[in-house]
Amino acid sequence: MKYKRLLLGDEAIALGALDSGIQGVYAYPGTPSTEITEFIQMQPITRERGIHCRWCVNEKTAMEAALGVSYVGKRSIVCMKHVGLNVAADPFVNSAISGCNGGIIVVVADDPSMHSSQDEQDSRFYGKFALIPVLEPSSQQEAYDMMEYGFNLSEQRKTPVLMRVTTRMAHSRSVVEVNSQARPIDAISYPQEPWRWVLLPVNSKKRYPKVIENYEDMQAKAMESPYNIYTDGADKSVGIIACGIAYNYLKENAGEDFQHPILKISQYPLPVDMINKMAAECETLLVMEEGQPVVEEMVKGILPVNCRVIGRLSGGADGKGVLPRTGELTPDSVRAALGLPAHETYPASQVTVPRPPALCQGCGHRDVYNALNQTLAEYPDYKVFSDIGCYTLGALPPFRAIHSTIDMGASITMAKGAADAGQFPSVAVIGDSTFTHSGITGLLDAANANANIVVVISDNLTTGMTGGQDSAGTTKLEAICAAVGVAPEHIRVVVPLAKNMEQIKAVIKEEIEYNGVSVIIPRRECIQTFKRHAKEKKN
Amino acid sequence: MKKDIILAGVGGQGILSIATVIGEAALKENLNIKQAEVHGMSQRGGDVQSNLRISSDPIASDLIPKGCADLIISLEPMEALRYLPYLAKDGWIVTNTEPFVNIPNYPAIEDINAELAKIANVIKVDVDAIAKEAGNPRGANIVLLGACSHLLGIEPEKFEQGIERIFARKGESIVDSNLKAFRAGQKAACK
Repeated sequence: MKYKRLLLGDEAIALGALDSGIQGVYAYPGTPSTEITEFIQMQPITRERGIHCRWCVNEKTAMEAALGVSYVGKRSIVCMKHVGLNVAADPFVNSAISGCNGGIIVVVADDPSMHSSQDEQDSRFYGKFALIPVLEPSSQQEAYDMMEYGFNLSEQRKTPVLMRVTTRMAHSRSVVEVNSQARPIDAISYPQEPWRWVLLPVNSKKRYPKVIENYEDMQAKAMESPYNIYTDGADKSVGIIACGIAYNYLKENAGEDFQHPILKISQYPLPVDMINKMAAECETLLVMEEGQPVVEEMVKGILPVNCRVIGRLSGGADGKGVLPRTGELTPDSVRAALGLPAHETYPASQVTVPRPPALCQGCGHRDVYNALNQTLAEYPDYKVFSDIGCYTLGALPPFRAIHSTIDMGASITMAKGAADAGQFPSVAVIGDSTFTHSGITGLLDAANANANIVVVISDNLTTGMTGGQDSAGTTKLEAICAAVGVAPEHIRVVVPLAKNMEQIKAVIKEEIEYNGVSVIIPRRECIQTFKRHAKEKKN
Repeated sequence: MKKDIILAGVGGQGILSIATVIGEAALKENLNIKQAEVHGMSQRGGDVQSNLRISSDPIASDLIPKGCADLIISLEPMEALRYLPYLAKDGWIVTNTEPFVNIPNYPAIEDINAELAKIANVIKVDVDAIAKEAGNPRGANIVLLGACSHLLGIEPEKFEQGIERIFARKGESIVDSNLKAFRAGQKAACK
């Protein structure tokens, strides 16, 4: 039995996973992937079946836990944003060598145009790099259907599968036809070749050629995938390769009289035979893909040099691409690449001004930055190294309070490095969830070196930026800092409220003047979760 | 039937609730729907928009092409103007008149109104005031939905049924106050 539901792409993935009989979802929140895990947390079946859905400390622990589930023969998904895969890269890449037992799908949501991210890296590179097959749905329905397909692929090929989506797939709703029954969760069953899981050189050397062989075989059979579809057309001047969501933008612009051959790609490794066929028949191949020019470069590598391949890298009159090199695709950029005239529009408004995001009114981070700015004003050469979270908005006016944001955890380690090099005062600002994600190891480095830094762990008791998920370190921060070696008298807790401003400033000043590692923990609940909790209590 | 709608506003104003009610009604009508949202950092008091497409035929793109929107529904007057290049020449703007000023360089309201006056089809409604009058100050978004309900290609009663289903779990009084807000919006748009 099937029925229809209106689902976000993320929700379609979540439901597809539940219906495929997963034992757990392992994830750290990150836009645009967060709603996959949140959806699973809300479903009755999750409770009934005891499906794991608690947030993990970071993407690496998530990926490794999923490998454990796989070892004992059960299915799971791992979810993260694109930069999260950098954190999980070690277990991800090596999981190709061990292979899997129970199916694993690693769902990674890329964020081209950087709506809520610091870069627009393309996760498909990781698939090629690790020799792991990639699925890239072009619709929410495909995203749902591909979960069962992907688990079967994973278990038949004994390899994790990477599903790559982008913001517009993750965060767009559509009507999806779904199953009314979920597959049962598998019983425990151990690997048939247990040696594969011990990546000693002697075993890896045996495995690696097999991994390559398996990948090459998947490539040879890529044209059999139901998600790679060749549609022939009479006009062979241009053949179009459309990957994932780019296919939608192509269809949006391709009227009934559209005659070009189209190769829709939603599964990698690439179907080389189909690409060769298109190249043999068409004068030019136009590659449309969301993200970096991964396929465009690969296609150029596959085909003889005299084949004309255009896309995000080349083919434009100005020596650039026919599609923009950066940012997400749009129906308009794809329309232009097809040489179709733009629709008639109103000109852009001359009155509107940008409305950048800002820290919420009543947010504790505001008080933290006010106190820091006022105290540090006494020191002409102060530097504040910060991190990833709502408090990154402290870089913008009116605060302009921080000088760096690189990745999860880099605040503490950069402050230490700068202090090593003679910087004073060297201050780090990190959130509670980011601290447990990737800050603890850096603090241990700093404590071992007795670095002269002040670490501010701005504790709002939640993972705020992504909408208020549980934070792994809640109630444990002081104990963690003491355990890695910060002197207990230099672990200071304050309440970031305007009325406490003088006290907070005094604490900051004292700890700057202390030559060693200090941790200041301004602790007050996120104003958004506070309002939500107050409302829940009222109801 | 095909309607391409851009919902605009400031993070926290509740544009996604409007989208939810329209989507719910469209699903009941067995229409195809695509609705792209923006989550994450921009929700913190920044400009937010959602592309909502409903159609009796299959919909390809999650995003509305420029010059193709039948309707811009905005909870804030300057935000209505931000998406002008997406509006079809015969499209409509239905907007709240009450500015949401959380930036130092917010333009003069006269300039905003002058620019709105250049658009062929505009409905301006002070949804904040109407919501207050209707005894539901937090229902401004539902007032706005009422004000544009005749332009959506779905019978207005279907939205009322959608409101009943969506707010049912919050109790009868919440359902009633939202229905009241919806009807007040309908009435205001007729003026």
